[in-house]
Amino acid sequence: MENVASIGSGIEVEEIRKLFPILHQKINGHDLVYFDNAATTQKPVQVLDALQSYYTGYNANIHRGIHTLAERATTAFEQTRTTAASFLNAGSKEEIIFVRGVTEAINLVASSYGRSKLQKGDEVILSGLEHHSNIVPWQLVAEEKQCHIKVIPVTDTGELDLQAYRGLLNERTRIVSVNHASNSLGTINPVKEIIRLAHQAGAVALIDGAQAAPHLPIDVQDLDCDFYCISGHKMYGPTGVGVLYGKKKILEAMPPYMGGGEMIRQVTFEKTTWNDLPYKFEAGTPNIADVVALKSAFDFISGTGKDAMAQHEHMLLRYATERLSELNGLRVVGNSTNKVSVLSFVIEGIHPFDIGQMLDTRGIAVRTGHHCTQPLMDRMGLEGTVRASFAVYNTRKETDRLVEGLQRVIGFLK
Amino acid sequence: MSITDTQEEIVNEFSLLEGDQEMSVLYLMELGQKLPAMKEEDKKEQNEVKGCQSRVWLTAEVKHGAVFFSADSNTAITKGLISLLIRVFSGHTPQEILNGEITFPSRIGMDRFIGTQRSNGFAAMIKQMKMYALAFQTRSKIQA
Repeated sequence: MENVASIGSGIEVEEIRKLFPILHQKINGHDLVYFDNAATTQKPVQVLDALQSYYTGYNANIHRGIHTLAERATTAFEQTRTTAASFLNAGSKEEIIFVRGVTEAINLVASSYGRSKLQKGDEVILSGLEHHSNIVPWQLVAEEKQCHIKVIPVTDTGELDLQAYRGLLNERTRIVSVNHASNSLGTINPVKEIIRLAHQAGAVALIDGAQAAPHLPIDVQDLDCDFYCISGHKMYGPTGVGVLYGKKKILEAMPPYMGGGEMIRQVTFEKTTWNDLPYKFEAGTPNIADVVALKSAFDFISGTGKDAMAQHEHMLLRYATERLSELNGLRVVGNSTNKVSVLSFVIEGIHPFDIGQMLDTRGIAVRTGHHCTQPLMDRMGLEGTVRASFAVYNTRKETDRLVEGLQRVIGFLK
Repeated sequence: MSITDTQEEIVNEFSLLEGDQEMSVLYLMELGQKLPAMKEEDKKEQNEVKGCQSRVWLTAEVKHGAVFFSADSNTAITKGLISLLIRVFSGHTPQEILNGEITFPSRIGMDRFIGTQRSNGFAAMIKQMKMYALAFQTRSKIQA
Protein backbone atom coordinates (compact mmCIF):
# COMPACT_ATOMS: atom_id res chain seq x y z
CA MET A 1 0.00 0.00 0.00
CA GLU A 2 2.78 2.42 0.88
CA ASN A 3 4.38 1.90 -2.49
CA VAL A 4 2.02 4.63 -3.50
CA ALA A 5 1.67 7.78 -1.47
CA SER A 6 0.72 7.28 2.15
CA ILE A 7 -2.97 7.95 2.33
CA GLY A 8 -3.79 11.61 2.50
CA SER A 9 -0.38 12.87 3.57
CA GLY A 10 1.26 13.05 0.16
CA ILE A 11 4.33 11.32 1.61
CA GLU A 12 6.05 9.00 -0.89
CA VAL A 13 7.48 6.63 1.68
CA GLU A 14 9.47 4.51 -0.74
CA GLU A 15 11.12 7.62 -2.16
CA ILE A 16 11.93 8.85 1.32
CA ARG A 17 13.33 5.47 2.33
CA LYS A 18 15.85 5.71 -0.51
CA LEU A 19 17.39 8.68 1.30
CA PHE A 20 18.21 6.57 4.37
CA PRO A 21 20.97 4.06 3.51
CA ILE A 22 20.94 2.45 6.97
CA LEU A 23 17.38 1.17 6.54
CA HIS A 24 18.36 -1.17 3.74
CA GLN A 25 20.03 -3.95 5.64
CA LYS A 26 19.26 -7.33 7.17
CA ILE A 27 19.30 -7.84 10.91
CA ASN A 28 19.38 -11.48 12.03
CA GLY A 29 18.34 -12.48 8.53
CA HIS A 30 15.33 -10.13 8.34
CA ASP A 31 14.83 -6.70 6.78
CA LEU A 32 15.47 -4.12 9.48
CA VAL A 33 12.37 -2.53 10.98
CA TYR A 34 13.52 0.52 12.90
CA PHE A 35 10.94 1.59 15.47
CA ASP A 36 13.26 3.26 17.97
CA ASN A 37 12.93 6.73 16.55
CA ALA A 38 12.09 8.45 19.81
CA ALA A 39 15.56 7.41 20.99
CA THR A 40 17.26 8.59 17.82
CA THR A 41 16.20 8.87 14.21
CA GLN A 42 18.22 7.71 11.22
CA LYS A 43 19.97 10.25 9.00
CA PRO A 44 19.18 11.05 5.38
CA VAL A 45 21.97 11.25 2.76
CA GLN A 46 21.76 15.05 2.78
CA VAL A 47 22.97 15.05 6.39
CA LEU A 48 25.65 12.45 5.72
CA ASP A 49 26.83 14.37 2.65
CA ALA A 50 26.99 17.61 4.61
CA LEU A 51 29.29 16.00 7.18
CA GLN A 52 31.46 14.53 4.45
CA SER A 53 31.77 17.74 2.47
CA TYR A 54 32.55 19.77 5.56
CA TYR A 55 35.49 17.55 6.45
CA THR A 56 36.69 17.08 2.89
CA GLY A 57 36.05 20.63 1.72
CA TYR A 58 36.24 23.34 4.36
CA ASN A 59 37.13 22.08 7.84
CA ALA A 60 38.54 25.06 9.77
CA ASN A 61 38.05 26.72 13.11
CA ILE A 62 35.39 29.36 12.97
CA HIS A 63 34.85 33.02 13.81
CA ARG A 64 38.39 34.34 14.10
CA GLY A 65 40.14 32.78 11.15
CA ILE A 66 41.04 35.15 8.34
CA HIS A 67 41.63 32.57 5.65
CA THR A 68 39.15 31.27 3.10
CA LEU A 69 38.38 27.94 4.70
CA ALA A 70 37.69 29.58 8.05
CA GLU A 71 35.34 31.99 6.36
CA ARG A 72 33.49 29.19 4.58
CA ALA A 73 33.18 27.19 7.78
CA THR A 74 31.96 30.24 9.70
CA THR A 75 29.39 31.04 7.04
CA ALA A 76 28.04 27.48 7.04
CA PHE A 77 27.95 27.38 10.84
CA GLU A 78 26.04 30.66 11.03
CA GLN A 79 23.68 29.58 8.26
CA THR A 80 22.51 26.74 10.50
CA ARG A 81 21.80 29.31 13.21
CA THR A 82 19.64 31.29 10.80
CA THR A 83 17.83 28.14 9.69
CA ALA A 84 17.30 27.06 13.32
CA ALA A 85 15.87 30.48 14.13
CA SER A 86 13.38 30.16 11.32
CA PHE A 87 12.59 26.50 12.18
CA LEU A 88 11.58 27.61 15.68
CA ASN A 89 10.34 31.03 14.53
CA ALA A 90 12.68 32.78 16.95
CA GLY A 91 12.74 36.58 16.88
CA SER A 92 16.44 36.74 16.09
CA LYS A 93 19.40 34.45 15.54
CA GLU A 94 21.06 35.77 18.69
CA GLU A 95 18.46 33.75 20.58
CA ILE A 96 19.81 30.50 19.14
CA ILE A 97 22.55 28.82 21.16
CA PHE A 98 24.19 25.63 19.97
CA VAL A 99 24.49 22.93 22.61
CA ARG A 100 25.08 19.18 22.58
CA GLY A 101 21.40 18.45 22.96
CA VAL A 102 18.44 18.94 25.25
CA THR A 103 20.29 17.57 28.27
CA GLU A 104 22.97 20.20 27.96
CA ALA A 105 20.41 22.90 27.22
CA ILE A 106 18.51 22.19 30.42
CA ASN A 107 21.72 21.97 32.43
CA LEU A 108 22.75 25.31 30.98
CA VAL A 109 19.50 26.99 32.00
CA ALA A 110 19.38 25.30 35.41
CA SER A 111 22.99 26.27 36.15
CA SER A 112 23.01 29.77 34.73
CA TYR A 113 19.47 31.05 35.13
CA GLY A 114 18.62 28.78 38.06
CA ARG A 115 21.72 29.59 40.12
CA SER A 116 21.42 33.32 39.55
CA LYS A 117 17.67 33.62 40.16
CA LEU A 118 16.64 30.97 42.66
CA GLN A 119 16.65 31.77 46.34
CA LYS A 120 15.95 29.72 49.42
CA GLY A 121 12.32 28.59 49.52
CA ASP A 122 11.63 29.25 45.82
CA GLU A 123 9.82 26.62 43.79
CA VAL A 124 10.44 24.91 40.46
CA ILE A 125 7.54 23.08 38.81
CA LEU A 126 8.21 19.99 36.68
CA SER A 127 5.79 17.36 35.47
CA GLY A 128 5.38 13.65 36.13
CA LEU A 129 6.00 13.02 32.43
CA GLU A 130 9.57 14.30 32.44
CA HIS A 131 12.69 12.56 31.20
CA HIS A 132 15.43 12.32 33.81
CA SER A 133 17.27 15.06 31.90
CA ASN A 134 14.50 17.48 32.87
CA ILE A 135 14.52 16.37 36.50
CA VAL A 136 18.10 15.87 37.65
CA PRO A 137 19.55 19.28 36.59
CA TRP A 138 16.82 20.97 38.62
CA GLN A 139 17.43 18.72 41.60
CA LEU A 140 21.11 19.69 41.55
CA VAL A 141 20.38 23.41 41.64
CA ALA A 142 17.40 23.05 44.00
CA GLU A 143 19.54 21.27 46.54
CA GLU A 144 22.22 23.89 46.34
CA LYS A 145 19.76 26.78 46.63
CA GLN A 146 17.42 25.05 49.08
CA CYS A 147 14.47 25.29 46.72
CA HIS A 148 11.53 22.96 46.32
CA ILE A 149 10.52 20.93 43.29
CA LYS A 150 6.80 20.53 42.69
CA VAL A 151 5.43 18.00 40.23
CA ILE A 152 2.36 18.30 38.01
CA PRO A 153 0.59 14.96 38.43
CA VAL A 154 -0.17 12.60 35.54
CA THR A 155 -3.65 11.17 34.98
CA ASP A 156 -4.40 7.51 34.25
CA THR A 157 -4.51 8.28 30.53
CA GLY A 158 -1.00 9.72 30.71
CA GLU A 159 -1.96 13.39 30.52
CA LEU A 160 -1.01 16.29 32.75
CA ASP A 161 -3.56 17.35 35.35
CA LEU A 162 -3.86 21.05 34.53
CA GLN A 163 -6.19 21.73 37.43
CA ALA A 164 -3.55 20.43 39.80
CA TYR A 165 -0.95 22.54 37.98
CA ARG A 166 -2.95 25.69 38.67
CA GLY A 167 -2.94 24.73 42.33
CA LEU A 168 0.85 24.35 42.38
CA LEU A 169 1.54 27.83 41.02
CA ASN A 170 2.13 30.57 43.57
CA GLU A 171 4.28 33.62 44.27
CA ARG A 172 7.28 31.39 45.05
CA THR A 173 7.18 29.66 41.65
CA ARG A 174 10.21 30.79 39.65
CA ILE A 175 10.56 28.22 36.88
CA VAL A 176 8.21 25.80 35.13
CA SER A 177 9.96 23.16 33.02
CA VAL A 178 7.97 20.55 31.08
CA ASN A 179 8.20 18.66 27.84
CA HIS A 180 6.21 19.46 24.72
CA ALA A 181 5.63 15.77 24.08
CA SER A 182 6.39 12.80 26.32
CA ASN A 183 9.16 10.46 25.18
CA SER A 184 7.62 7.51 27.04
CA LEU A 185 3.94 7.84 26.18
CA GLY A 186 3.81 10.32 23.32
CA THR A 187 1.36 12.65 25.07
CA ILE A 188 1.40 16.15 23.58
CA ASN A 189 1.14 18.62 26.44
CA PRO A 190 -0.85 21.87 26.28
CA VAL A 191 2.35 23.88 26.59
CA LYS A 192 0.88 27.18 25.46
CA GLU A 193 -1.54 27.15 28.37
CA ILE A 194 1.16 25.90 30.75
CA ILE A 195 3.42 28.78 29.71
CA ARG A 196 0.61 31.37 30.02
CA LEU A 197 -0.18 30.22 33.54
CA ALA A 198 3.50 30.20 34.49
CA HIS A 199 3.85 33.78 33.32
CA GLN A 200 0.73 34.77 35.21
CA ALA A 201 2.43 33.53 38.36
CA GLY A 202 5.58 35.47 37.49
CA ALA A 203 7.64 32.41 36.54
CA VAL A 204 9.60 31.62 33.40
CA ALA A 205 8.87 28.51 31.33
CA LEU A 206 11.26 26.09 29.67
CA ILE A 207 9.94 23.60 27.13
CA ASP A 208 11.83 20.39 26.35
CA GLY A 209 11.05 19.95 22.68
CA ALA A 210 13.15 16.83 22.04
CA GLN A 211 10.16 14.72 21.00
CA ALA A 212 8.19 17.56 19.46
CA ALA A 213 10.84 18.84 17.06
CA PRO A 214 10.49 16.12 14.40
CA HIS A 215 6.68 16.00 14.60
CA LEU A 216 5.01 19.26 15.64
CA PRO A 217 5.08 22.80 14.32
CA ILE A 218 7.07 24.92 16.75
CA ASP A 219 6.62 28.66 17.06
CA VAL A 220 8.44 29.96 20.10
CA GLN A 221 7.01 33.45 19.70
CA ASP A 222 3.47 32.19 19.57
CA LEU A 223 4.10 29.86 22.52
CA ASP A 224 5.77 32.77 24.31
CA CYS A 225 8.11 30.29 26.07
CA ASP A 226 11.23 31.68 27.69
CA PHE A 227 13.38 28.70 26.73
CA TYR A 228 12.87 25.91 24.20
CA CYS A 229 15.33 23.14 23.46
CA ILE A 230 15.75 20.48 20.81
CA SER A 231 18.21 17.67 20.02
CA GLY A 232 19.48 17.29 16.47
CA HIS A 233 19.77 13.51 16.51
CA LYS A 234 16.08 13.02 17.28
CA MET A 235 15.13 15.00 14.17
CA TYR A 236 17.21 13.34 11.45
CA GLY A 237 20.34 15.34 12.33
CA PRO A 238 23.72 14.29 13.72
CA THR A 239 24.34 13.30 17.32
CA GLY A 240 26.02 15.74 19.67
CA VAL A 241 24.27 18.88 18.52
CA GLY A 242 21.13 20.64 19.63
CA VAL A 243 19.66 24.07 20.05
CA LEU A 244 18.67 26.13 23.04
CA TYR A 245 16.34 28.99 22.23
CA GLY A 246 16.07 31.69 24.88
CA LYS A 247 14.39 35.07 24.91
CA LYS A 248 17.05 37.65 24.22
CA LYS A 249 16.33 39.76 27.29
CA ILE A 250 16.59 36.76 29.60
CA LEU A 251 19.73 35.39 27.96
CA GLU A 252 21.41 38.78 28.15
CA ALA A 253 20.84 38.94 31.89
CA MET A 254 22.14 35.41 32.49
CA PRO A 255 25.73 34.74 33.54
CA PRO A 256 27.83 32.48 31.28
CA TYR A 257 27.59 28.74 31.80
CA MET A 258 31.11 27.76 30.80
CA GLY A 259 34.23 29.86 30.42
CA GLY A 260 36.79 29.65 27.65
CA GLY A 261 37.48 30.89 24.16
CA GLU A 262 34.72 32.24 21.90
CA MET A 263 32.63 33.52 24.80
CA ILE A 264 34.83 36.41 25.87
CA ARG A 265 35.31 39.97 24.70
CA GLN A 266 38.38 40.93 26.70
CA VAL A 267 40.45 38.88 29.09
CA THR A 268 42.82 40.22 31.69
CA PHE A 269 43.73 38.56 34.93
CA GLU A 270 41.84 41.28 36.76
CA LYS A 271 38.58 41.13 34.85
CA THR A 272 37.07 39.41 31.85
CA THR A 273 34.15 40.77 29.88
CA TRP A 274 31.73 38.57 28.01
CA ASN A 275 31.01 38.37 24.33
CA ASP A 276 27.57 39.21 22.95
CA LEU A 277 24.78 36.70 22.46
CA PRO A 278 24.77 33.94 21.41
CA TYR A 279 28.57 33.51 21.74
CA LYS A 280 28.51 34.22 25.47
CA PHE A 281 27.09 30.71 25.87
CA GLU A 282 29.28 28.95 23.31
CA ALA A 283 32.64 28.54 25.01
CA GLY A 284 35.38 26.67 23.19
CA THR A 285 35.50 25.36 19.65
CA PRO A 286 31.98 24.18 18.96
CA ASN A 287 30.86 21.00 17.25
CA ILE A 288 31.24 22.69 13.87
CA ALA A 289 30.70 19.70 11.56
CA ASP A 290 27.53 18.55 13.25
CA VAL A 291 26.14 22.08 13.47
CA VAL A 292 26.79 22.50 9.76
CA ALA A 293 25.05 19.19 8.98
CA LEU A 294 22.14 20.03 11.24
CA LYS A 295 21.03 22.55 8.64
CA SER A 296 20.45 19.68 6.22
CA ALA A 297 18.21 18.00 8.81
CA PHE A 298 16.13 21.18 9.21
CA ASP A 299 15.95 21.44 5.42
CA PHE A 300 14.95 17.78 5.10
CA ILE A 301 12.03 18.32 7.49
CA SER A 302 10.97 21.61 5.94
CA GLY A 303 11.35 20.22 2.44
CA THR A 304 9.31 17.10 3.19
CA GLY A 305 6.77 19.20 5.03
CA LYS A 306 6.19 18.84 8.73
CA ASP A 307 2.41 18.64 8.29
CA ALA A 308 2.70 15.82 5.78
CA MET A 309 5.20 14.00 7.99
CA ALA A 310 2.93 14.35 11.00
CA GLN A 311 -0.04 13.05 9.00
CA HIS A 312 1.90 10.03 7.84
CA GLU A 313 3.19 9.29 11.34
CA HIS A 314 -0.28 9.65 12.80
CA MET A 315 -1.66 7.26 10.24
CA LEU A 316 0.97 4.75 11.42
CA LEU A 317 0.23 5.45 15.08
CA ARG A 318 -3.52 4.92 14.57
CA TYR A 319 -2.97 1.79 12.52
CA ALA A 320 -0.48 0.32 15.00
CA THR A 321 -2.68 1.18 17.97
CA GLU A 322 -5.65 -0.55 16.33
CA ARG A 323 -3.73 -3.65 15.35
CA LEU A 324 -1.81 -4.02 18.59
CA SER A 325 -4.92 -3.55 20.68
CA GLU A 326 -6.32 -6.73 19.12
CA LEU A 327 -3.49 -8.80 20.60
CA ASN A 328 -4.18 -11.03 23.56
CA GLY A 329 -3.13 -9.41 26.85
CA LEU A 330 -1.64 -6.31 25.25
CA ARG A 331 -2.38 -2.97 26.86
CA VAL A 332 -1.43 0.41 25.43
CA VAL A 333 0.08 2.70 28.06
CA GLY A 334 -0.75 6.35 27.48
CA ASN A 335 -4.18 6.87 25.99
CA SER A 336 -4.22 10.57 25.29
CA THR A 337 -6.06 11.43 22.10
CA ASN A 338 -3.29 13.89 21.36
CA LYS A 339 -0.02 12.04 20.86
CA VAL A 340 3.11 12.14 18.74
CA SER A 341 3.90 8.85 17.04
CA VAL A 342 4.98 6.98 20.15
CA LEU A 343 3.24 3.75 21.12
CA SER A 344 4.07 2.37 24.54
CA PHE A 345 2.60 -0.94 25.65
CA VAL A 346 2.87 -3.89 27.99
CA ILE A 347 1.80 -7.50 27.54
CA GLU A 348 0.45 -9.17 30.62
CA GLY A 349 2.80 -11.83 31.97
CA ILE A 350 5.71 -11.09 29.63
CA HIS A 351 8.61 -8.87 30.61
CA PRO A 352 9.31 -5.98 28.17
CA PHE A 353 12.96 -7.06 27.99
CA ASP A 354 11.96 -10.49 26.66
CA ILE A 355 9.60 -8.92 24.14
CA GLY A 356 12.32 -6.57 22.90
CA GLN A 357 14.90 -9.34 22.58
CA MET A 358 12.46 -11.62 20.77
CA LEU A 359 11.53 -8.85 18.33
CA ASP A 360 15.21 -8.17 17.70
CA THR A 361 15.72 -11.75 16.55
CA ARG A 362 13.24 -10.87 13.78
CA GLY A 363 15.06 -7.63 12.90
CA ILE A 364 12.61 -5.34 14.69
CA ALA A 365 14.16 -2.59 16.81
CA VAL A 366 12.05 -1.25 19.66
CA ARG A 367 13.00 0.17 23.03
CA THR A 368 12.18 -1.46 26.33
CA GLY A 369 12.52 -0.34 29.92
CA HIS A 370 11.71 2.82 31.80
CA HIS A 371 12.80 5.16 28.97
CA CYS A 372 14.63 7.38 31.48
CA THR A 373 11.31 8.28 33.08
CA GLN A 374 11.34 6.26 36.29
CA PRO A 375 8.93 8.55 38.20
CA LEU A 376 6.40 8.14 35.38
CA MET A 377 6.76 4.35 35.39
CA ASP A 378 6.24 4.35 39.16
CA ARG A 379 3.12 6.47 38.67
CA MET A 380 1.79 4.01 36.09
CA GLY A 381 2.66 1.09 38.37
CA LEU A 382 5.02 -0.40 35.79
CA GLU A 383 8.65 -1.46 35.74
CA GLY A 384 8.83 -0.50 32.11
CA THR A 385 7.11 -0.72 28.75
CA VAL A 386 7.88 -1.67 25.19
CA ARG A 387 7.96 1.42 23.02
CA ALA A 388 7.55 1.54 19.26
CA SER A 389 8.07 5.02 17.86
CA PHE A 390 7.51 5.93 14.23
CA ALA A 391 9.29 8.25 11.82
CA VAL A 392 8.50 9.46 8.34
CA TYR A 393 10.30 6.49 6.72
CA ASN A 394 8.25 3.83 8.49
CA THR A 395 5.50 1.91 6.71
CA ARG A 396 2.30 0.02 7.38
CA LYS A 397 4.02 -3.13 6.21
CA GLU A 398 6.61 -2.69 8.94
CA THR A 399 3.82 -2.26 11.46
CA ASP A 400 2.41 -5.58 10.26
CA ARG A 401 5.83 -7.12 10.90
CA LEU A 402 5.67 -5.81 14.48
CA VAL A 403 2.23 -7.34 14.94
CA GLU A 404 3.42 -10.70 13.57
CA GLY A 405 6.46 -10.58 15.84
CA LEU A 406 4.31 -9.85 18.87
CA GLN A 407 1.92 -12.64 17.93
CA ARG A 408 4.84 -15.04 18.00
CA VAL A 409 6.11 -13.71 21.31
CA ILE A 410 2.65 -14.15 22.80
CA GLY A 411 2.30 -17.59 21.25
CA PHE A 412 5.58 -18.77 22.75
CA LEU A 413 5.51 -17.09 26.11
CA LYS A 414 1.92 -16.97 27.23
CA MET B 1 32.34 -32.60 33.74
CA SER B 2 34.87 -29.75 33.61
CA ILE B 3 33.90 -26.14 33.12
CA THR B 4 35.35 -26.29 29.62
CA ASP B 5 33.55 -29.53 28.74
CA THR B 6 30.17 -28.23 29.90
CA GLN B 7 30.63 -25.21 27.70
CA GLU B 8 31.47 -27.46 24.75
CA GLU B 9 28.28 -29.38 25.43
CA ILE B 10 26.24 -26.15 25.45
CA VAL B 11 27.85 -25.01 22.22
CA ASN B 12 27.01 -28.34 20.59
CA GLU B 13 23.39 -28.15 21.70
CA PHE B 14 22.94 -24.67 20.31
CA SER B 15 24.72 -25.58 17.08
CA LEU B 16 21.77 -27.82 16.25
CA LEU B 17 19.73 -24.62 15.84
CA GLU B 18 22.08 -23.51 13.04
CA GLY B 19 22.40 -19.93 14.18
CA ASP B 20 18.68 -19.19 14.02
CA GLN B 21 18.48 -16.30 16.47
CA GLU B 22 14.82 -16.70 17.29
CA MET B 23 15.10 -20.43 17.92
CA SER B 24 18.21 -19.88 20.03
CA VAL B 25 16.46 -17.34 22.22
CA LEU B 26 13.43 -19.61 22.56
CA TYR B 27 15.64 -22.53 23.53
CA LEU B 28 17.42 -20.32 26.03
CA MET B 29 14.10 -19.38 27.61
CA GLU B 30 13.09 -23.02 27.72
CA LEU B 31 16.27 -23.84 29.63
CA GLY B 32 15.45 -21.02 32.02
CA GLN B 33 12.04 -22.51 32.70
CA LYS B 34 13.72 -25.75 33.74
CA LEU B 35 15.89 -24.04 36.33
CA PRO B 36 14.98 -25.39 39.79
CA ALA B 37 12.87 -22.87 41.67
CA MET B 38 14.67 -20.58 44.05
CA LYS B 39 13.35 -20.18 47.58
CA GLU B 40 11.06 -17.16 47.69
CA GLU B 41 12.78 -15.86 50.82
CA ASP B 42 16.08 -15.76 48.94
CA LYS B 43 14.70 -13.23 46.45
CA LYS B 44 15.72 -10.29 48.55
CA GLU B 45 17.75 -7.22 47.84
CA GLN B 46 21.01 -8.46 49.29
CA ASN B 47 20.98 -11.36 46.81
CA GLU B 48 20.19 -9.18 43.82
CA VAL B 49 22.60 -8.74 40.91
CA LYS B 50 21.84 -5.39 39.33
CA GLY B 51 21.11 -5.17 35.63
CA CYS B 52 19.45 -2.16 34.06
CA GLN B 53 16.25 -3.87 32.91
CA SER B 54 16.11 -7.32 34.43
CA ARG B 55 16.48 -8.43 38.00
CA VAL B 56 18.50 -11.45 39.04
CA TRP B 57 18.75 -13.06 42.45
CA LEU B 58 21.68 -15.33 43.13
CA THR B 59 22.73 -17.39 46.15
CA ALA B 60 25.36 -20.06 46.66
CA GLU B 61 26.27 -22.74 49.16
CA VAL B 62 29.18 -25.15 49.59
CA LYS B 63 28.72 -28.89 49.93
CA HIS B 64 31.78 -31.11 50.34
CA GLY B 65 34.04 -28.46 48.91
CA ALA B 66 31.91 -27.79 45.81
CA VAL B 67 29.88 -24.64 45.18
CA PHE B 68 26.21 -24.88 44.22
CA PHE B 69 24.30 -21.88 42.91
CA SER B 70 20.63 -21.07 42.95
CA ALA B 71 19.10 -18.20 40.99
CA ASP B 72 16.02 -16.61 39.50
CA SER B 73 15.20 -13.64 37.27
CA ASN B 74 12.11 -11.66 36.37
CA THR B 75 12.88 -11.97 32.65
CA ALA B 76 12.82 -15.24 30.77
CA ILE B 77 15.94 -14.63 28.68
CA THR B 78 18.07 -13.61 31.62
CA LYS B 79 16.83 -16.66 33.49
CA GLY B 80 17.97 -18.78 30.57
CA LEU B 81 21.41 -17.19 30.61
CA ILE B 82 21.83 -17.67 34.34
CA SER B 83 20.69 -21.28 34.04
CA LEU B 84 23.57 -21.85 31.63
CA LEU B 85 26.05 -20.20 33.98
CA ILE B 86 24.80 -22.39 36.80
CA ARG B 87 25.16 -25.46 34.64
CA VAL B 88 28.77 -24.47 33.89
CA PHE B 89 29.83 -23.47 37.40
CA SER B 90 27.72 -25.44 39.87
CA GLY B 91 29.41 -28.42 41.51
CA HIS B 92 32.92 -27.08 41.01
CA THR B 93 35.46 -26.04 43.61
CA PRO B 94 35.99 -22.36 44.32
CA GLN B 95 39.40 -22.53 42.63
CA GLU B 96 37.94 -24.08 39.47
CA ILE B 97 35.29 -21.37 39.34
CA LEU B 98 37.85 -18.63 39.85
CA ASN B 99 39.99 -20.07 37.04
CA GLY B 100 37.03 -20.80 34.79
CA GLU B 101 36.78 -18.70 31.65
CA ILE B 102 33.31 -18.19 30.22
CA THR B 103 33.49 -18.59 26.45
CA PHE B 104 30.12 -19.99 25.43
CA PRO B 105 27.98 -16.83 24.96
CA SER B 106 29.75 -15.61 21.83
CA ARG B 107 29.92 -19.17 20.50
CA ILE B 108 26.15 -19.61 20.73
CA GLY B 109 25.46 -16.21 19.15
CA MET B 110 24.61 -14.59 22.47
CA ASP B 111 27.63 -12.32 22.62
CA ARG B 112 25.45 -9.24 22.54
CA PHE B 113 24.44 -10.13 26.07
CA ILE B 114 27.99 -9.80 27.34
CA GLY B 115 28.89 -6.58 25.56
CA THR B 116 28.82 -3.13 27.02
CA GLN B 117 25.01 -2.89 27.09
CA ARG B 118 23.89 -2.57 30.64
CA SER B 119 20.51 -4.13 30.00
CA ASN B 120 20.80 -7.53 31.63
CA GLY B 121 23.90 -7.45 33.78
CA PHE B 122 25.33 -10.70 32.40
CA ALA B 123 28.87 -9.65 33.22
CA ALA B 124 27.73 -8.77 36.73
CA MET B 125 26.31 -12.28 37.15
CA ILE B 126 29.62 -13.93 36.27
CA LYS B 127 31.44 -11.54 38.58
CA GLN B 128 29.04 -12.30 41.42
CA MET B 129 29.48 -16.06 40.98
CA LYS B 130 33.24 -15.61 41.15
CA MET B 131 32.83 -13.44 44.21
CA TYR B 132 30.97 -16.25 45.93
CA ALA B 133 33.74 -18.66 44.97
CA LEU B 134 36.35 -16.28 46.32
CA ALA B 135 34.44 -15.81 49.57
CA PHE B 136 34.12 -19.58 50.07
CA GLN B 137 37.78 -20.10 49.31
CA THR B 138 38.84 -17.39 51.73
CA ARG B 139 36.58 -18.83 54.42
CA SER B 140 37.98 -22.33 54.02
CA LYS B 141 41.55 -21.01 54.17
CA ILE B 142 40.79 -19.16 57.41
CA GLN B 143 39.23 -22.28 58.88
CA ALA B 144 42.12 -24.47 57.79
